Amino acid sequence: MLNQNGQATFSGNRGLAVEEALIFEVGRSDTTGVDLPEPAKFSSKLGRLARTEPLGLPGLTEPEAMRHYVRLSQRNYGIDTGLFPLGSCTMKHNPRLNEKMARTPGFGDIHPLQPLSTVPGAVALIAGLSRWLVELTGMPAIAMTPKAGAHGELCGLMAIKAAIEARGEKRSVVLVPESAHGTNPATASLLGYRVEAVPARDDGTVDPGEVKKRLSSDVAGVMLTNPNTCGLFERDVVAIAEAVHAAGAYFYADGANFNAIVGKVRPGDLGVDAMHINLHKTFSTPHGGGGPGAGPVALSAALAPFAPVPYVVADGADVRYVEHGSTPTPNPSPQGGGEPRRASGSGGAQPFGRMCAFHGQMGMFVRAMAYMLSHGSDGMRQASEDAVLNANYVRASLSDLMSLPYGDRPCMHEVLFDDHWLEGTGVTTLDFAKAMIDEGFHPMTVYFPLVVHGAMLIEPTESESKQSLDQFIASLRGLAQAAKAGDAARFKDAPRFSPRRRLDETKAAREPRLRWTPQAPQQEAAE
Amino acid sequence: MRYLPLTEADRKAMLAKIGVADIDALFADVPKDKRLDALVDLPKAQGELEVERALAKMAARNTAAGSVPFFVGAGAYKHHVPATVDHLIQRSEFLTSYTPYQPEIAQGTLQYLYEFQSQVAMLTGMEVANASMYDGSTAAAEAVLMAHRVTKRRRAVLAGNLNPHYRETIETLSRLSEHELVVLPPAPAGREKLAEAIDETVSCVVVQTPDFYGHLHDLTEIAEKAHAAGALLVAVFTEAVSLGLVQPPGAMGADIVVGEGQSIGNALSFGGPYVGLFATRGKLVRQMPGRLAGETVDKEGRRGFVLTLSTREQHIRREKATSNICTNSGLCVLAFTIHLSLLGEAGLRRLARINHANAVALARALGKVKGVKVLNETFFNEFTIRVPGDAADVIEKLSQKGVLGGVPVSRLEPGRPELADLIVVASTEVNTDADRAAYATALTEVLA
Repeated sequence: MLNQNGQATFSGNRGLAVEEALIFEVGRSDTTGVDLPEPAKFSSKLGRLARTEPLGLPGLTEPEAMRHYVRLSQRNYGIDTGLFPLGSCTMKHNPRLNEKMARTPGFGDIHPLQPLSTVPGAVALIAGLSRWLVELTGMPAIAMTPKAGAHGELCGLMAIKAAIEARGEKRSVVLVPESAHGTNPATASLLGYRVEAVPARDDGTVDPGEVKKRLSSDVAGVMLTNPNTCGLFERDVVAIAEAVHAAGAYFYADGANFNAIVGKVRPGDLGVDAMHINLHKTFSTPHGGGGPGAGPVALSAALAPFAPVPYVVADGADVRYVEHGSTPTPNPSPQGGGEPRRASGSGGAQPFGRMCAFHGQMGMFVRAMAYMLSHGSDGMRQASEDAVLNANYVRASLSDLMSLPYGDRPCMHEVLFDDHWLEGTGVTTLDFAKAMIDEGFHPMTVYFPLVVHGAMLIEPTESESKQSLDQFIASLRGLAQAAKAGDAARFKDAPRFSPRRRLDETKAAREPRLRWTPQAPQQEAAE
Repeated sequence: MRYLPLTEADRKAMLAKIGVADIDALFADVPKDKRLDALVDLPKAQGELEVERALAKMAARNTAAGSVPFFVGAGAYKHHVPATVDHLIQRSEFLTSYTPYQPEIAQGTLQYLYEFQSQVAMLTGMEVANASMYDGSTAAAEAVLMAHRVTKRRRAVLAGNLNPHYRETIETLSRLSEHELVVLPPAPAGREKLAEAIDETVSCVVVQTPDFYGHLHDLTEIAEKAHAAGALLVAVFTEAVSLGLVQPPGAMGADIVVGEGQSIGNALSFGGPYVGLFATRGKLVRQMPGRLAGETVDKEGRRGFVLTLSTREQHIRREKATSNICTNSGLCVLAFTIHLSLLGEAGLRRLARINHANAVALARALGKVKGVKVLNETFFNEFTIRVPGDAADVIEKLSQKGVLGGVPVSRLEPGRPELADLIVVASTEVNTDADRAAYATALTEVLA
């Protein structure tokens, strides 16, 4: 039953699925949802630089804004909506206690440059989180300021570069396995390194022999994700670390998959020199539609002296906050002056510089600290075990229908399938993912890692109950059987029940429309 | 443990289904001698009440901005954020969603990113903006790299009055990327000879307005000079509210505009998370870093949004990407765009006028204190004062009197004794007449 425009309803809405226009179409430039008094007369100090043109920004009253954003929110899938098995992204539950604590005025309403004497609790929190991360990584120092995982990679490679320069050497190559996240090679090349790929062996892990073959006095470091993006623990990691160190290079570990091993094994014990920790993955600070993240970097004793400013130096109960490196400070900080000789907890004596303004993602530090205090040493170990258990349960429950590229063997916190099992069905990995949307699930990571064909990387996390996993498994089994039975239409048409059907990404890239312009609606009408 | 749904019975049943005897069998690939047999040396799990107590105790040791007369700025600003903003960003579907890689079930995120990009372009007077960077300082560093790509040169000029943290961020990246940098000395009185530093080897000149000391700059001439040399003008701001009242960089010839968006919608939060704004000209969009949302249609012809032009990005291009950035500041973007939608043009302009009026009133009040000199002829909501003696000492004493009076320049420029008597002071809509009077009185007492 369609109306004259070919739509199911006159409004375009479908029950609770309500269409929502752009703010530019509902707002007006003379409307505001914030009541502010007009200031008393004053003499402007803008010189000749007062704005001359209108901005064209629309305003919404408060009820209009509330409805606009609530409707938009209803077009999103979140962890709170349902199972979100996005491999390598660790979409675990985001406790609201963490949100509450980050908003406590003593954390949320303090300025990064108010006197240090007025924020001892903030410094204590950074020192405390740093200590927890030291314990969990088995590495002596944490650079706290990087703002996300890729920023942490940059920090780690900068420390490596600085350490090599300090030895009076120059090296130009970084080795990166083919299965690595795209950020790894992008980061290395940002610092001018030539990236050399290391192929995976047949079982999906890195062969130390392949690493050794490529090591030379020109190699600055190796970037290895462990557990790797195939969901497998690099079982020869110690041999790789030893070979890397023997060549005078450093071992960078991508910590994106740390959630599998927290409290089970410490990267420092495996020979890692630098590893970023995605607080928004492992320690549950919310992903927020793509950020903000936080990417503190754990550093080995060899790299610790090069950690960027600012950093905390903790000697027992004595905690100092160091904001400047090599330049002697004429005004010693309230905690007492002098250059730090020894870094325990964070940072060191030859900082390579600064990653960003201020002190890093404090709001995320508070949330991660709340997560850690809540879980404790026992809860974090249990969380890792449950994450690994859940992934293996999914593997064991689907392996008869879907193909595992590296055989039916235990995985870590995520399980990787390829599209071999879809051969001849006319259904692609993408089609399968879109059909999962119709079943009420967020799809898994698809087409990554690049080392297997049509990759499907499933990471359920420890937040899922057995009942939830059983439901998910039943749906995936149903879909897999439908694909094999020749019901390709179900997949080609998918998603059918989402707020939008498949979107034309080619059109978006060929005719980029990256902002609203006042003329746009008229153009559309004319077309 | 309240966050872990599996029961012991579940775990047993699941291990049986998997076909292993115990959990350690699943960790078989981890070298046995490296596995931890016991718990790490950290406290055990705690209930919500205990955690809340522990963290609240730490928080209570800090002086909240809202609890005192507060005039600290220099890159982050205390503004009032409507209650609606924080409520909306905590909607589950926003808070707990991921990067919108599956656009059919992420239209909420994609539409607000598109609206945000449009608002940032309008605010800065530019043609196109991305879906955000980590913060203003990292956005500035990315702008320099982008200018290098566009011009195929490797040498940037930084104005002396660029926020020192931004300068250090760029210096660090430039040194370790083996690019060249020309850094002008600070000019707290506001006059810099930037034009002389530009020649045909330079990829860009980076200028902040309002600058670190609060001065406003007409960028028109420097833009012309840069363009004549084949270089780009990168304009930086740290106070986004200023754009409601001040000529936008886009109207003065800027090629890339970057800035800190914290002021609109986002809490101070000791420096992060914030939101980096990044805008440029349409013809340069393919050299831009970061995510971009774009408009398209779905299979039924309905308007929808997707992430687009991703062939610039690391997950496609790997070592040939325009940047290594992956994460943006999604939730801070949302706070920014909701607050700005609530303000609208009328509200933003008025908010900016209030900020300016308050700063003008404060400058007048402080200028009357014996021994204090206001250095600025122009400013928006922030200016620099010279005090007799050591500025850091003055700020510490003011703080003991319950007034957070600004940022001593030496906090960011410790190696420059000639700047040791300067304080950068900000005033926003949160300050009352009583706050200003309290500051003037306290400063008079401290300097007496």
